[in-house]
Order: sequence, then structure tokens, then C-alpha cells
Amino acid sequence: MSIWLDENTPVIVQGYTGRIGTFHAEEMIAYGTNVVGGVTPGKGGSRHLERPVFNTVKDAVKETGAEASVVFVPPPFAADAIMEAADAGIKFCVCVTDGIPAQDMMRVKRYMRRYKKEERMCLTGPNCAGTISPGKAMMGIMPGHIYMPGRVGLIGRSGTLGYEAASQMKAKGIGISTGVGIGGDPINGSSFRDHLEKFENDPDTDLVVMIGEIGGPQEAAAAEFARDHMTKPVLAYIAGLTAPKGRTMGHAGAIVTTAGESAEEKVEILREAGVGIIMRPSEFGNAVETALAKL
Amino acid sequence: MDIHEYQAKTLLAEFGMPIARGGIAYSPEQAAYRAMELGGDQWVVKAQIHSGARGKAGGVKFCRSDEEVRNAADELLGKRLVTHQTGPQGKLVGRLYIETATDIEREIYLAFVLDRTSERIMCVASAAGGMDIEEIAKTDPASIIRVPIESAVGLRDFQAREVAFALGLDSGQINEAVIALKACYRAFRDLDATMVEVNPLVVTRDGRLLALDAKMGFDDNALFRRQQISELRDKSQEDPREMNAADRGLSYVGLDGNIGCIINGAGLAMATMDMIKHVDGEPANFLDIGGGASPERVTKAFNLVLSDDKVDAILVNIFAGINRCDWVAEGVIQAMEKLDVKVPVIVRLSGTNEEKGRQILDESDIDLITAETLAEAAEKAVAAARSQEASK
Repeated sequence: MSIWLDENTPVIVQGYTGRIGTFHAEEMIAYGTNVVGGVTPGKGGSRHLERPVFNTVKDAVKETGAEASVVFVPPPFAADAIMEAADAGIKFCVCVTDGIPAQDMMRVKRYMRRYKKEERMCLTGPNCAGTISPGKAMMGIMPGHIYMPGRVGLIGRSGTLGYEAASQMKAKGIGISTGVGIGGDPINGSSFRDHLEKFENDPDTDLVVMIGEIGGPQEAAAAEFARDHMTKPVLAYIAGLTAPKGRTMGHAGAIVTTAGESAEEKVEILREAGVGIIMRPSEFGNAVETALAKL
Repeated sequence: MDIHEYQAKTLLAEFGMPIARGGIAYSPEQAAYRAMELGGDQWVVKAQIHSGARGKAGGVKFCRSDEEVRNAADELLGKRLVTHQTGPQGKLVGRLYIETATDIEREIYLAFVLDRTSERIMCVASAAGGMDIEEIAKTDPASIIRVPIESAVGLRDFQAREVAFALGLDSGQINEAVIALKACYRAFRDLDATMVEVNPLVVTRDGRLLALDAKMGFDDNALFRRQQISELRDKSQEDPREMNAADRGLSYVGLDGNIGCIINGAGLAMATMDMIKHVDGEPANFLDIGGGASPERVTKAFNLVLSDDKVDAILVNIFAGINRCDWVAEGVIQAMEKLDVKVPVIVRLSGTNEEKGRQILDESDIDLITAETLAEAAEKAVAAARSQEASK
């Protein structure tokens, strides 16, 4: 098993016929993802990459039974695309788009609260690399071959730093059950905490690695959840030790504005909650190997 | 994106916020003329820079004659003001705001921020105005009033009244306060702000409310639909290298160290900088060249990093996912052939075809140092920077 996504999950692509959507849809199909079609308003009824194109997400869900959607829609229209997916009954959505206005995301989060928690779509991103269940399926822009199938859960904000962690683990012969990118924006769909809960309940995950960074309250919330509700070990690395206060470090969300948001403070909060700390980004492989040996 | 105090006040006034009368000046003569135009016999000359704490840095001058206004303006214009928010290089004063002086009864702190915990716009207020909010949080945390605003209905009158009463305002001032609070909220919402701060909001001796200082920050991701805000950008307040980078689609933040960094992805960039720090080096910059790492981008990145003369070594760390390392290696070689790089360059490529990429780098005529792991790359960069520094 894996969380959110496997080789049978029917996936659609929003922004399917665009240049970026097409490129990554091809990669996803090549990796084995069950892409059942896509949505581009106005191109409904045509075919693209040997799959049907629909005008609306509702049409796509009705015709294909799609349960998951990956959004490659440009920033001004992406919030709307996410709400459309939520409204059409999509269960899991990956939004890759970088540059969505923060207040648009605020409205998306508010809109999604109209659904009961158990029926509510899980959104990852925006500004994320995607989700992968190695050897089964990938939604997003991740290079599939650097991930080895296995029993470690991986949650991270950053794309390339997640790849770094996965490839260090692969070099040690350690595989991943599912790797989830939650994105670098200040307001994102789902948090470390949400995915920790999924991994805790996944019989095929033994240990979880979370890769956080400066800014925002989500690492602290994850620490609290790990302390109170996790039986599986959690390891964490927090990027941004050298980041000065008040400066945005690339990700719109990577900015220290108030107390508790710096790398040192987050490390302290996680450590106190019993989370294992990976001190250096060169130690992902070694730290996971050591922790697995203790299981 | 940040704007000046006078711009923020003008915007807030459009939404109904009461402000003191004032005018902008670019020269001492203009400043004196503005004072005359405003009338009265007491004025405040305020340096317009993108920073708080201007008063402490000597950027706000109280004047009692047009001669004093002229002198204050002469002293401030062209000066670099250093506050705890500007860094040691300070910010250039290119324009002044001349305001009629206000008789102050009491000062209030008022702000609207994007709260990441509640994922809503939040009103933050305190009766301890004039101080930095961080300072208030330390000295008088109980005085801070926080009201999250439901985006579907906006700031309700009852919420604004609750804030006004909690601030201890007189019953005669409550309606004015509601108007001021709603003005800030509407400006925040309608202009895609990330921060509106009125500090202080004052009660004048004759019992009126007035925004004495105002600061606004805007969401860069929303500027595509805020033409009016984009036009308020003052490039003289931005770091020229960071601006140059942003105009080329790169994300750059200058720091104080001597190891230049060229990395793809914000998280990996921060992690690489941390790694340099762990092996006792100091990064000269944060630089995310984005996912692609094309030869053009690598060249632009080299140019940018080399424009900082503190740099004694450059560490290139690229994770090639969708791309291939051999292609990135060719790009690095092309960039270095074109540029005259006089400092040691350490390159670490990982991901798709990493052996092939390393082989291309090793076999080229270009003088560079390759590394296999993140730790090795950081150690080599720190060592190279040390010997470069010693040979200077």
C-alpha cells in the first residue's frame, strides 16, 4: 500500500493540452500513472496523448471515474481550477503551479470547508513537486527514477531538496512508500501534520522523514502531532539555518516573521516533541539507515 | 513589494482612513514651499525610505519654521539612513513627506496581517502604540488583540467595535475607529496586501483619530492584477543585485559571507548554505536559479554572483531531475568559457546521469573542482575560499 496514490488511481490533468501540462503528463504516463484524461475548457470532445479531453472536471469525473487531479493551470486561474476539482468530487489534488496570490489560496481553503471533513478533497501544493508512490505512480513533476520503492514516508516543502533526500536514501538501498511535496507557499492545501496522520495509518510505512524550512507554523503543529499521536518514528530536517530574519528565501513561504519560525527554534520544538533531528542535509541517508536499524 | 509611508497613507485615505495633511518634496525648496502651503506653524519632515524605526535613526524631524524645514530637508535628502531593518548599508533618502504636526493624546498600534495559522486576514491591535509589535509582544503580550476575519463576510462592524472598545477608546470615538479599521481591511483585501500597519494610530488632543504612520506590503504574486500598486514601486529602495536577479527570473538574496552559491530550488539552496555553515564557511548569497538550470540561466547566475566582490569561491550545486547532468555540465562549461572567472569554482551535479556529467566536467579544459556529495562540495568550497582569501 501507499498513501493517496497507487498504480490504479484514476488521474486527470487540469491544463492538459498546454505545453507544460503535456510534457509532464507524458512523463507521468511513462512512469505508470493511470492517467485517464484531462481538462482544458473549450477543447472538450477532442483527444490528447491518446486520452479524452473534457471541458469541465465534472464531465471528466462522470466519464472516467477520476479520483485524483494534477493542476498545471497558470497562476491567475489556478485557484479556480482547484475549487473546480474540489466541487467535482476529486479526492486528491496536486497543484504544481507556482505564483498563486496568497488571498486566492485563502479563498480556496475557505471554499473547501463547505465539504464535510471526510468528503473533503486533500490538496497538496501549490508550488509543489508532486506526490509519488515509487514503482506505482507519480503526479507532478518529479523525476521518478531517483525514488526507490520501500517503506519510508517522505514529506517535504521543497522539490530538489526532496530529490536530494530520496537519492541519498536510494544510494543506501532504502526505498520510499510515498513521497509527498506540500509546497513552498505561505498558505498551502495540506500540512506535514495531515500527511503524518496518513503515514501513521499506512501499514506499509515504517518511518517518516519530514523536510521543513523556515517560516510558518506547520512544523510546530507537526511536532505536536508526532508527540501525541505517532507510534512510528519521525525524523526531521529544517532548512534555513543561515537565513536572515525578514527576508524571503525563494519560496514565498520561507520567511521568518515572528518568534518560533527560525530553523533553530523549529529544530528545538521538534526535538522536544521526540522527533529525531537530521542536523545536516548530507545526512539524510545515514540518519534514516540508523533509525531503521533500531526498529 | 513595499511602498513608502506617503503612498500607503494616500491609498488608505481612499478607503476612508483619516490622515494628517501633507505633501511630498524632492528638494529643500520644495519642502519649505509644502510647509507654507500646508499652513500652521509646526511641521514634521519625514524621510521616505522602505523601513520602520526611521525616528530612532534621525529620519523624522520636528520643525517650527520654514527655515527649519529647509535645513531638515537639506540634511536628509541624499543621505543613507541606517535602521535595524535596513542593514549596515542603509537606504537612500530620495524624497520627503512634509506633514502638519499633530497634538497627540495617545498612540495605538493597528495592523492587518496574513495569518498563516488561521489562514485568514487577521487584525492585530494594541493600546501600546508607537512601539514595535515584537517589542509589545515581549513587554506586554496580554495587550495584543487578535481578531481573525472570515473571508466570506469580511470584517464585521461588531468585530471592529470589539477591537475599538478593547483599545479603551471613548464611546464618541468608536464610530471613527470602526471606519478606520474597515478602511485598513478593505485596502488589504482589495489591493492584495500582505501587511497593513498603522503605527501609531493616534488620538489627537481634540479627540480625533489619525494615522500618523503607515506601512503597506503587497503580494508579488498578485501584482499582475494590481497595476496601480506596481506603479508605486521605488527601485532606489531595492538592492540592485536582487532587483537585477528578479528581473531575470532568478531569486537572489545577498548575505555577508564569501562563498557564492548557484543552486536550483529554494529548499536545496537553503540546505547547501546550511552545509557551508556546518563546515565553518559563510555563504555570500542565496540564489535559486529555478528548476531548469539551462546554460543561459547558469551564465546569468555566474554574472550575478561574480558582481559581488566579497566572493572568494563559487559553489554550484545542481540537482538534475527532469534534465540530465550531462546537459547541465555542458551549460556550466559554456558559461565559464564565456566569463572570466578568477575565483575557484566547485561543481556538484546529482540526479539523472550524474557520472556522465562529472566525467564531462573532469575532462574539460576549464579549471574547476568537482565534488560527489553535498558534504564534500561544501568542504572543498570552504577550503578553496580560504586559500583564495589568503592569496589576496
